[in-house]
Amino acid sequence: MNENYSYIGKSLPRNDGLEKVTGRARYTGDLKFPNMLYGKILRSPHAHARIINIDTSEAEKLPGVKCIITAKDVPATKYGLSPARWDETIFCIDKVRYVGDKVGAVAAIDEETAYKALKLIKVDYEVLPAVFDPFEARKEDAPQIFEEYPGNVNTEIHLHFGDVDKAFKDAYYVRTDRLDGQRTYHAFIENHCSIAYWEGDKVTLYSSCQSVHYLQYYLSQVLDMKMGDIRVLKTYLGGGFGGKLDPTGNDFASIIMAKKTGRPVKMSYDQKETFYNGRGRHAQFMEFTTGVTKEGKILGVHGNIVMDGGAYTGLGVASAYYAGSLLTVLYDFDNYKFDCFRYVTNLPPNGAQRGHGQPQPRFAFESHLDHIAEDLGIDPIDIRVINARKPGTTTCNGYEVKSCMLKEANELARDISGWREKKDNLPAFSGIGVGNGGFVSGAGYSMYRNKLPHSTAMIKVMDDGTGAILYTGAVEIGQGSDTVLAQMAAEAMGFPYENIKVVAADTDLATHDFGAYASRQTLMSGWAVKRAGEKVKQQILETAADMMYDRPVTAEELDCREGIVFLKEEPGVTKTFAEVASAYFIKKGPLVGTGSYHPGKLGGAHKGAAVGTSPAYSSATQVAEVKVDEETGEIHVINTWDVHDSGYVINPDLLHGQVHGAFYMGIGESIWEEVLFNDKGELLNGNFGEYRLPTALDMPPVNSIILDSYEPNGPWGVKEVGEGATTPTMGCISNAIYDAIGVRVSSLPISYEKVWRALKEKKGKEGKPQK
Amino acid sequence: MKRIITLVVNGEQREVAVEPDLTLLEVLREDLGLTGTKKACNQGECGACTVLLDGKPVSSCLVLAVRAHGKAVVTVEGLAENGRLHPLQEAFVTYGAVQCGFCTPGVLLVAKALLDTNPHPTAQEIEQAIAGNICRCTGYVKIIEAITAVAQNQNI
Ligand code: FES
Ligand code: FES
Repeated sequence: MNENYSYIGKSLPRNDGLEKVTGRARYTGDLKFPNMLYGKILRSPHAHARIINIDTSEAEKLPGVKCIITAKDVPATKYGLSPARWDETIFCIDKVRYVGDKVGAVAAIDEETAYKALKLIKVDYEVLPAVFDPFEARKEDAPQIFEEYPGNVNTEIHLHFGDVDKAFKDAYYVRTDRLDGQRTYHAFIENHCSIAYWEGDKVTLYSSCQSVHYLQYYLSQVLDMKMGDIRVLKTYLGGGFGGKLDPTGNDFASIIMAKKTGRPVKMSYDQKETFYNGRGRHAQFMEFTTGVTKEGKILGVHGNIVMDGGAYTGLGVASAYYAGSLLTVLYDFDNYKFDCFRYVTNLPPNGAQRGHGQPQPRFAFESHLDHIAEDLGIDPIDIRVINARKPGTTTCNGYEVKSCMLKEANELARDISGWREKKDNLPAFSGIGVGNGGFVSGAGYSMYRNKLPHSTAMIKVMDDGTGAILYTGAVEIGQGSDTVLAQMAAEAMGFPYENIKVVAADTDLATHDFGAYASRQTLMSGWAVKRAGEKVKQQILETAADMMYDRPVTAEELDCREGIVFLKEEPGVTKTFAEVASAYFIKKGPLVGTGSYHPGKLGGAHKGAAVGTSPAYSSATQVAEVKVDEETGEIHVINTWDVHDSGYVINPDLLHGQVHGAFYMGIGESIWEEVLFNDKGELLNGNFGEYRLPTALDMPPVNSIILDSYEPNGPWGVKEVGEGATTPTMGCISNAIYDAIGVRVSSLPISYEKVWRALKEKKGKEGKPQK
Repeated sequence: MKRIITLVVNGEQREVAVEPDLTLLEVLREDLGLTGTKKACNQGECGACTVLLDGKPVSSCLVLAVRAHGKAVVTVEGLAENGRLHPLQEAFVTYGAVQCGFCTPGVLLVAKALLDTNPHPTAQEIEQAIAGNICRCTGYVKIIEAITAVAQNQNI
């Protein structure tokens, strides 16, 4: 690998750091427009009810109220991800389906007036029986939430590759384990916010979203407008983690009320509303059966999963496919069966959260694999090494995995964590555990059917050649994409990084890109940027060919790095990028390079084959050491290690930052986090006080190590890190706790209370005389 | 009924007419245009709205503006002096303590208050000081590194 790069492979500081530490960075909620109104959403107090009548007359009389809308004032078009599951409308039409469901909206001169107006709107409901649990939802006499989902079955998946029954017959040992996940929430700190204003028949929407393209597309579909009449952009964004991908009520309602009033309308969710908006992690109830040889080689796996979908589908159908599909990537086996039911329930909808549908099944499988290893008397890391996928192989469900260093990741994690010395030698109630994970580096197929490139980019050099602007539709949500893409542009152009500005995530001013989801931007947006940069460089070299000497040279004899064009044979003969670029401008006008990327056709032909395809897959091993308080069940995570196979790394510091953040989220989900409801479906902990996010005191040290890996399908060999890094954590923590206490707490979160109960039960059993 | 209050914001005397139930956070953001102070949970649970009130970190979403009358307020906009970044600001950029940046203003001010009273805190003291600030992006690792670096007066 050529390590001789100027701007990539280096921990350059973020290009938005200064704005963020000075408070100058403006997030959507920080913006104001003249004459702006403030909107709020009217929400359902019931989990399941028929709307009989809505009376807005009192609210309309309140001074300062400028607009009230309900379902009758807005299009009834259903939207969602896959056409068979378009089930959400801007406002509820006949029924509400969860506490917090959207019934209407108010715009007023300030938020306080809008809140007051909401209280004055009278909605008559006929309350219907509700269901909050997928196992209740599937019972014959359960309340039916949608006509189109008989039995409340929203998504049903049955996939079979190879012959699992035969694999189990041939196996030396077959074991089944059931493990349960919980509902968790992204808990980004910035709540959703949108601001809309109209100029003639064209609308501009500022939205705290992860994809300006999909939002523009959704809006055009639902509002029946041309995409060209809708401009969507975002400014700075305070975290997303998958929760800012589906359109929100704010997006639709602000646009519609801005049109009706002729004034800009700003709408923000408060904290509880962001929990109502939901789209977090599905609770999954998972049963895995695996057959292995005596040596621990996996022959076949059967996964059987029930998911709590919540009230609508959104991205949830993809979560369901992801839950099973990605299981085949890390370990190499030929026989795989996956059955899954996603049920609708009367709770906020679940969707995509860091790692999409995969982290909980990964937790279940990694826990299950440890039991198998134990039963066979094999070390947990050894069983993972035995089964680790080799590079250049294809999974039984049709994914081509070009690079994979999972084996090396396990071996290195073992060595640096002192695994051999610690495993089985730690004091009582201390334990060490391992978990593997990984993820797609961008989804192989976009969220709706189209032929568009997945990413495009444009670089315009300033007229005098002293600066350049990178235009990209990639969405900076905190992960550092603006920085990484500017580094890539600089490298490809041979132009100083500090002189590159980024214009991103604006459907009018930037270029098309599908945005921030499925860990796609470094690879996919990166390809587009690299190609755009190389085109600029090519034009610079061609222009310079006439300028270097009294005799012309060819472009091939030249190179350009760090803003200097030079003769490869005689590096002393130079011109600056700026002088060449300005000569170009004088001769030909703006110097522009564009680039585009499409991953091409990927994957097999079976139903759902598209989900999980990707040009590249990351892999990672995490090890954690824990100590459990025997008396209280309290868990202390003492130290952790993460070894990552992320391809070539453009910015190591940003990569480690992703690993830390992913580990943080994973640890939270392992031990503390869970969204809770009462028996009426009302949120119990929709706030940061009671939704137990780990604090700085809870966070263990993370030793993050990058493997020297290279992905042939990525620009410069890159692949993902952001989501994959959260997938090993829950399994790793679960296994460490198991190692410490000798009993498996089989449901997430592995709370202190559950550990305490498990210990008590174990003691009780041990205390009993042997039969 | 509105009341006129005086605040010394980032060293400058400011007069504002406020309703009695208005929070300091709203006054800073809406009346004074200092949007660097972030509004997130709005109920004292995340620390994003932290400012220094007479040198002490407070959740400005929990402080009524009238109670801040006559007091000195430092917001993130007041951290840099004479165009020079505060060492903490420098360190947060250099050490990669910033991702989405939404928690950053609050964390910076808590860190400043800590170092102002305890210039050489232990790792544990740093963790304790920022325990009221939620950061969903960084896992706090690089935040703690950055604060430690300033405390140890390392070259940043
Ligand atoms: S906004 Fe004040 S503490 Fe969260
Ligand atoms: S950097 Fe995003 S919340 Fe801290």
